[in-house]
Amino acid sequence: MALFQNLSDKINHAFSKLTNRGALTELEIKQAMREVRVALLEADVNYTVAKDFIAKVTEKALGEQILKSLTPGQQVIKVVNEQLCELMGSTQSKLAVASKLPTVIMMCGLQGAGKTTMCGKLALHLKKQGKKVLLVADDIYRPAAINQLEIVAGKSGAGFFQMGQINPTKIAVSGVEFARKNGYDTVIIDTAGRLHINEELMAELENIKKAVEVTETLLVVDAMTGQDAVNVAKSFDEALDITGVIITKLDGDTRGGATLSVKAVTGKPIKFCGVGEKMEDLEPFHPDRMASRILGMGDVLTLIEKAQSAIDEEEAKKMAKKLKEASFDLNDFLEQYDKVAQMGNINDLVSMIPGANKLKLGSATIDESQIKRNKCIIQSMTAEERSNPKVLNYSRRKRIAAGSGTTVQDVNKLIKQYEQTKDMMKRFGKSKRLPF
Amino acid sequence: MGFFKKIIEGLRKTKQAIGFKLNELFKRGIFDDEFYEELEFILLGADVGSETTENIIEELRERMRRDNVSDTAKAREYLKQILLDILGEEQFEAECPAVVMVSGVNGVGKTTTIGKLANIFVKQKKSVLIAAADTFRAAAGEQLEVWAKRANVRIIKHEEGSDPAAVVFDAVSSAKSRGTDIVLVDTAGRLHNKKNLMEELKKINRVIDREFPEAQRYNLIVLDATTGQNAVSQVDIFNEAIDIDGIVLTKLDGTAKGGVVLTIKDTMDIPVYFVGVGEGIDDLLPFDANSYVEGIL
Repeated sequence: MALFQNLSDKINHAFSKLTNRGALTELEIKQAMREVRVALLEADVNYTVAKDFIAKVTEKALGEQILKSLTPGQQVIKVVNEQLCELMGSTQSKLAVASKLPTVIMMCGLQGAGKTTMCGKLALHLKKQGKKVLLVADDIYRPAAINQLEIVAGKSGAGFFQMGQINPTKIAVSGVEFARKNGYDTVIIDTAGRLHINEELMAELENIKKAVEVTETLLVVDAMTGQDAVNVAKSFDEALDITGVIITKLDGDTRGGATLSVKAVTGKPIKFCGVGEKMEDLEPFHPDRMASRILGMGDVLTLIEKAQSAIDEEEAKKMAKKLKEASFDLNDFLEQYDKVAQMGNINDLVSMIPGANKLKLGSATIDESQIKRNKCIIQSMTAEERSNPKVLNYSRRKRIAAGSGTTVQDVNKLIKQYEQTKDMMKRFGKSKRLPF
Repeated sequence: MGFFKKIIEGLRKTKQAIGFKLNELFKRGIFDDEFYEELEFILLGADVGSETTENIIEELRERMRRDNVSDTAKAREYLKQILLDILGEEQFEAECPAVVMVSGVNGVGKTTTIGKLANIFVKQKKSVLIAAADTFRAAAGEQLEVWAKRANVRIIKHEEGSDPAAVVFDAVSSAKSRGTDIVLVDTAGRLHNKKNLMEELKKINRVIDREFPEAQRYNLIVLDATTGQNAVSQVDIFNEAIDIDGIVLTKLDGTAKGGVVLTIKDTMDIPVYFVGVGEGIDDLLPFDANSYVEGIL
């Protein structure tokens, strides 16, 4: 089932007959927005949210000059993508810390969103930051939920507190008290999954919030949620004034439009994503990646397959080792440029990269001179700078720019690219699975 | 409370929550673009999906044009009929001995569904055995044990982390020797794009086929009504792996409607057999297309 044709292809197709090179016209935008709308709906972005979004983008795009290198279709996608990234907010994976310890984090959400597992992941994440974490079992309804949390606590190396199936507020209060007495600086309360329309159970959460000083109230949302995400998010936010959102099950193949819906109706930051079943499978939220994902752009899988066939096993092993030791440096990056050339037509490759450099490059062939320039930049660095890019301060960058006949901006761009690549490779190396 | 009442009760709040306009819409009596746009809003809002929504609206326009309908009450009936035509009428009936395997992605309510299904079969005077083949998730076995006790049926359970196929093997052997009517197999939640986990599921499926060839086989997939269009991909890939016979649509007691089952029935011809409408043991009901459609509209 070819469910999703690449959005950019669709829009470009809609524009194939147009050769307009001036400002975007209303008709052009309208045509493109029809495709964008379908893409958003297929990605489960809420109907109303999509409608508002499109109205906003249309306004923004109207009258926008079409850049020389772009077609009208690409120009529209560019605007859409930018707006989407903006709406998603920034990467904000910091959790607040209470001025008076312990910091209390309350997890809430529908049944089956993945709260209990997420408690463990957060605990491990915080533990790595040197926190001492206590998990409090406050799901008194689901059979064996307490056992599950206890096992999860064991796996993540967190403390565990339970009082059986008594009043949840009482458990929360005692849990925090226990934490205070036993030197835990962070408490994570695992509450039962509940429907947002169940007044009695929603009141129960409000009571917990009244009884203990909750620092972070996090709503856990399944990435596969459909149109109803807005109702859920709105109800929870209204009742509990949530401080952030965690998206789970992003390791599936869902396009995760619910993320946009939740963000749009609550305005609260999306802090983390769950990307697997293991305790380490927690990532900060990346708005740009999420935007590409929702729009259905990019084909990372094919890209990786190509890369696999181009890089021989021994080299791959060497690279994997480097990644493990986090020693992927600019020398390796330089090598990558040659590797990429082996993988085939570079323009085909670029089209597979989500986030689409294609937008900036247009349908023209890729600028080979830029690759050459980047190689020059790296070659103008000292051995120390190549193996330890962290030392690249402004004066060094200025020198490199002068030496390679480029600008500091070019150098910055290259370093940013390197960092992104490193980050991406690290993900691939670690999980053998797509980051998105 | 019967299916109809429960669904209506559950969806009543939905109607208020999303500013439900359909009845007013039909009362207005004008079939202009605004009418169809509102209709689109309702269907999309129920997670029917953009393509199926478009088809439904196209079909409605067509039928109303054909029959020259101008009566608004009739338009509602027309729309209802289109949805019913898509959903069809199929009831789940197990011929014994049977093995019913329940699968799906994480957190949709598989374990709870198993407990409720056991209860349904017990009420039909069938002997039931539960195989706790979710050996992965922490405390899944304990959770199922509680349900087995509630439904008063036997359960075969190994320790966490053991081979699920081995659990199934034991359960099937036990069922054969005791002449048990129905074996219910709970499986671990797995995302359909995880190849190795889908292979594991295929293996469990093969073990049942091989060890219990005389049993009737039913593979049910559990879908969370809250899920959006990804449900299509879920059913598609699970079906490819193990041949899905039908759907259990859970969590219909919220404000979500799971309209994606229309798309699934339309494109893959896989029917909904049961719906979950609450956390109690009796909150699993045979699917009734008529009340379901009433609930959406």
